Amino acid sequence: MDKNIVFRAAAIIIFLVLPLLVKSNYLLGILIIIGLYTIIVIGLGILMGYAGQVSFGHAAFFGLGAYSVAVLSTAYRWPTFAALLAAVVVPGLLAALIGRPTLKLKELYLVLATLAFGILVHIFFNEAREITGGPSGLTGIPYLSLGGLVFDRDIKFYYLVWSTVLLISLGVNNLIHSRVGRALRAIRESEHAAETSGIDTASLKLQAFVFSAVLAGLAGGLYAYYVTFISPSPFGFHTSVLFVLMAVVGGLGTFWGPLLGTGLVVALGEILRWAVPLAIPGAGGEYQIIFFGVILVVIMIVKPEGLGSIIKFSKKSVEKGVR
Amino acid sequence: MLKVSGLEVYHGWVQALRGISFSITEGEMVAVLGANGAGKSTLLGALAGLHRPKNGDITLNGQSLSGRAPEYIVRQGVSLVPERREIFSSMTVYDNLLLGAYHRYRSSKDEVIMDIKKIFDLFPALVGREAHTAGTLSGGLQQMLAIGRGLMARPRLLLLDEPSIGLAPLVAREIMSTLSALKKTGVTIILVEQNTAAALKVADRALIMERGQIVLSGGTDEMMGNERVQQAYLGRARMAQPAVVL
Repeated sequence: MDKNIVFRAAAIIIFLVLPLLVKSNYLLGILIIIGLYTIIVIGLGILMGYAGQVSFGHAAFFGLGAYSVAVLSTAYRWPTFAALLAAVVVPGLLAALIGRPTLKLKELYLVLATLAFGILVHIFFNEAREITGGPSGLTGIPYLSLGGLVFDRDIKFYYLVWSTVLLISLGVNNLIHSRVGRALRAIRESEHAAETSGIDTASLKLQAFVFSAVLAGLAGGLYAYYVTFISPSPFGFHTSVLFVLMAVVGGLGTFWGPLLGTGLVVALGEILRWAVPLAIPGAGGEYQIIFFGVILVVIMIVKPEGLGSIIKFSKKSVEKGVR
Repeated sequence: MLKVSGLEVYHGWVQALRGISFSITEGEMVAVLGANGAGKSTLLGALAGLHRPKNGDITLNGQSLSGRAPEYIVRQGVSLVPERREIFSSMTVYDNLLLGAYHRYRSSKDEVIMDIKKIFDLFPALVGREAHTAGTLSGGLQQMLAIGRGLMARPRLLLLDEPSIGLAPLVAREIMSTLSALKKTGVTIILVEQNTAAALKVADRALIMERGQIVLSGGTDEMMGNERVQQAYLGRARMAQPAVVL
């Protein structure tokens, strides 16, 4: 049997059974956060791994999605579906607007432009007090409710988030083996050669950027519904760096990369927060960061192409038939 | 078919093409020769839309291509096989060929599949390597793949930038003989080549470029007999006399 199918079937079984085994709400909460971040990292993986662009501003799109839901569901009483739609449309439109000039920039200049965008949006979250509540944030976000089903318990939210991850993963897997996916891979390999093959590289890069922003916005919207309170702190520069780190550690251009990278980075952060004070009594957060950095450096030395490459199987479009 | 008039291209402040004018009729193969830095690749880049001309005009069958985007120019039937091949090395041979037909794949998938078969007929050495990663192929096979990818666009005008560069003499000869076969199918070809003797053997006409200008043009027989060409490009220079100042 195809190893890929076995792995995916096993992953689905684990996904279904895991919350029944996990008795702690804290652990369930971490699994939900891993799922939400995985959605963002999948999008970032398309942008970085296929379109060859790096963004240090994705926490801003994540935040825009979260604030769209928070503002519209509290101040304007928008229903879930409409608020979630806004959570993907707002970051998507903004990405389309800033993407056109930004994506013309190369390498470090693009990094700086996305970084500046992220910082600007973060300042907006802090300063536009009348809309965002400023540093105190917004409270009273209702539970997510779809067709009479209210997601008021962690276990319900777990299944919602991970079903979303599953659907997006399968959709993206289809996309990267399609004509558009081939074109994106071609851009990553050689933009020059892609252009001479008739690929509109500027348009495709923009589409990849908007798509990744839409996924970040969706994750942000779900996050707002999950935590029911938001403030600017989770949407700063530090979070953007973490997203890029998750994408790189997981492995760009791999199916499992976003899940493995996100899982490792989130889990490692939690484990170190618990383990470092035990090993070094009185140790502060800076020790956690040092250990965190050392472990990630070791991983990148041992597996420079990322964790996803461990379970990356060859895919040949000739054998599979072209799409 | 192709008419280029007064073409000027700059790389930053440096003028790379200085008022290039020439025309090509349907089915011709024209070799563009010259030393490194003469502007040959820039000329092909400008024709393919990679370099935006500052002045001048490029028309294909009466339609202006000046300043148009590369993907538009590919759709008009102009395909560039870039220097040093630039194949998509981590992708399969098959995917590379599919990408050559990117602009017409959605509308005519069956035709594209048929065209891939024709590419394998043209380059039998690629048969059986459809699922191979392109980067693992030898230089000669990569060049065949690059030309195949260019042909997948069904070009009316094929631009080839130094197809024999870095190849063993035997493989380079095979590539050149394939170009002769291609010419017989009616494809119009502009061939930029350092190997002057090989290019003059397969082409109908030649343009000699120096410092961004065409300094000499004519039929290949005429070029072969030209003393300046012999001295500068065919290695028949007399030791006492300097070659063309480059």
